[in-house]
Amino acid sequence: MTTLTQPLLSARGVTKVFGFGRQKNTAVDNVDLDLYEGEVISIVGESGSGKTTISKILLGLLTETSGEIYFQGAKRDIRSHAKKQEYWKNIQAIFQDPFSSYNIFNKIDSVLLDCINMRGGRSLPREKKVEMMSEACSFVNLKFEELTNKYPFELSGGQMQRLMIARIFLLKPKILLADEPTSMIDACSRATILDELMHLRREIGMTIIFITHDIGLAYYVSDKVYIMEKGKFVESGSADSVILHPKEPYTRRLLNDVPKIYEEWDLTTV
Amino acid sequence: MANTMLEVKELSTKYITRFREDVYAVDRVSLAVKEGRSLGIAGESGCGKSTLALSLMGYYFPPLHYTSGEIIINGKNISGMKPDDVRKSILGREIAYIPQAAMNALNPTRKIIHFIEDVIMEHEVYATKKDIYERAKKLFETLGLPAEVLQKYPVELSGGMKQRTVIAISVLLLPKVLIADEPSSALDVTSQKMVIKMLRHLMEAGMISSMIFITHELPLLYNVVDDIMVMYAGQIVETGASREMVFDPIHPYSKGLMGSIIVPEQGLRDVKLTAIPGVPPNLKKPPAGCRFAERCRFVRPECLVTNVSLRQAGDGRAYRCILPEAELREAYAREEHKK
Repeated sequence: MTTLTQPLLSARGVTKVFGFGRQKNTAVDNVDLDLYEGEVISIVGESGSGKTTISKILLGLLTETSGEIYFQGAKRDIRSHAKKQEYWKNIQAIFQDPFSSYNIFNKIDSVLLDCINMRGGRSLPREKKVEMMSEACSFVNLKFEELTNKYPFELSGGQMQRLMIARIFLLKPKILLADEPTSMIDACSRATILDELMHLRREIGMTIIFITHDIGLAYYVSDKVYIMEKGKFVESGSADSVILHPKEPYTRRLLNDVPKIYEEWDLTTV
Repeated sequence: MANTMLEVKELSTKYITRFREDVYAVDRVSLAVKEGRSLGIAGESGCGKSTLALSLMGYYFPPLHYTSGEIIINGKNISGMKPDDVRKSILGREIAYIPQAAMNALNPTRKIIHFIEDVIMEHEVYATKKDIYERAKKLFETLGLPAEVLQKYPVELSGGMKQRTVIAISVLLLPKVLIADEPSSALDVTSQKMVIKMLRHLMEAGMISSMIFITHELPLLYNVVDDIMVMYAGQIVETGASREMVFDPIHPYSKGLMGSIIVPEQGLRDVKLTAIPGVPPNLKKPPAGCRFAERCRFVRPECLVTNVSLRQAGDGRAYRCILPEAELREAYAREEHKK
């Protein structure tokens, strides 16, 4: 049992450099991050600020150039494939583009079956597996009977993204990394997706990292907000303090650029 | 009394798929845009926003087909005209279009100025290259774009710059009406703001008379346009002035849509988002009654069989629902009270 004083996942001085010599590009620059159990944090930044790079490092898809990542107090070790698999039981991701997140040759049943197998349900009877799958589908308001024998590309973008959440429901990871989960779907389905994610979070007590460029979304869902600029965190703190009382000029500019409803949107400063 | 720049009467268009099935994407849409006004079209993916935009321009290339209705652009009736004739005489001069994937609209092997030469020479046979350069340079300067852009290849420009270049090219021939189809959806907030500023500048400087802006980002729409029209499954479900549409929608679908707005402003964190369950109907076989009936909270048995038409609700507002305005408002008030 981890206590509140010990972070679930933390990064210390993580740096990622792409290329070398003249082409050298520091995408993530000496970043510190602490994630406690049950928290929802957001990493907000413009395109090219390094938010996807940091998310890939946290997931273990990219290796950091320098710095350390600690998971549940111990240094993360994912050098072998078996250890990576073990790590991925605890951390899972939803990506931006639902259309390219699935293997197009696998049917939806097998996508969900894989999740059950990964959680050690390989030896369960068939009926039990089907029951689990339909439970996961009904959790995200999809009907399992309609999805069997279908391929992911037969679904709409919003439905695919919801199927992704159904996967997470079956996998029950400790940490979920949502990399722009709603940027490719329209505003109406966005509300559905966010509702379901938050419901899932309450249900299985998950910790969520949102990676987004939508500062409104970050404000709506998260407890803590990190603002990222050119590979560095320029401002961090509770959502209310960062969004409503920003200190850094970069945060202010970012907030100023978002269209508003109740306040006047100032178009003169660009 | 301002002139009506664009008038559409009962326009219906359909797609014919490879399997000879008809998809009724736009169904009896009527709209009018006056000089100096801008109209926003909102709705979820697949509701027919982009198809309507193409239909307005008379851009009927297969699989899109014209069924019925009238389109009058600045006094010229273009319904029934061949797409090629429309392209030569109407597109560019009367009506221009900024496509959804404007970033990819530029030819990667040609410099921007060469692209501009092509566009102008298509319409003005006797234009010289020197004149074209001067015109393009002047236009780019008025729009706040550096003139060096003209001598560059598209790959040398950033996403936001490409988008603004495409907008500048689309107003080269000084069209009366500009249709912007999600011009900022692939950009980050700062570039988006620049694009919006540019479109507003075009309107204010009188370079275009009217604008149609299509997006599903409601906060953006609210800040850009004068009137909003909400579409659902190929039909208009509600129209009205943007302020009233955002703060006081009548139709249950618009109400749901406005309930999904997220903005970073004080006190909006605890507001619960309203999600509309279900999916839009299949337009190959549109429902006989109200198209929204399946997903509506206030559905009644008669909704499923009655074909509802738009009802006027004062101040130029109209909505498509079987229930009277007062009854809907009462229902919303009850829901508010329950919370």
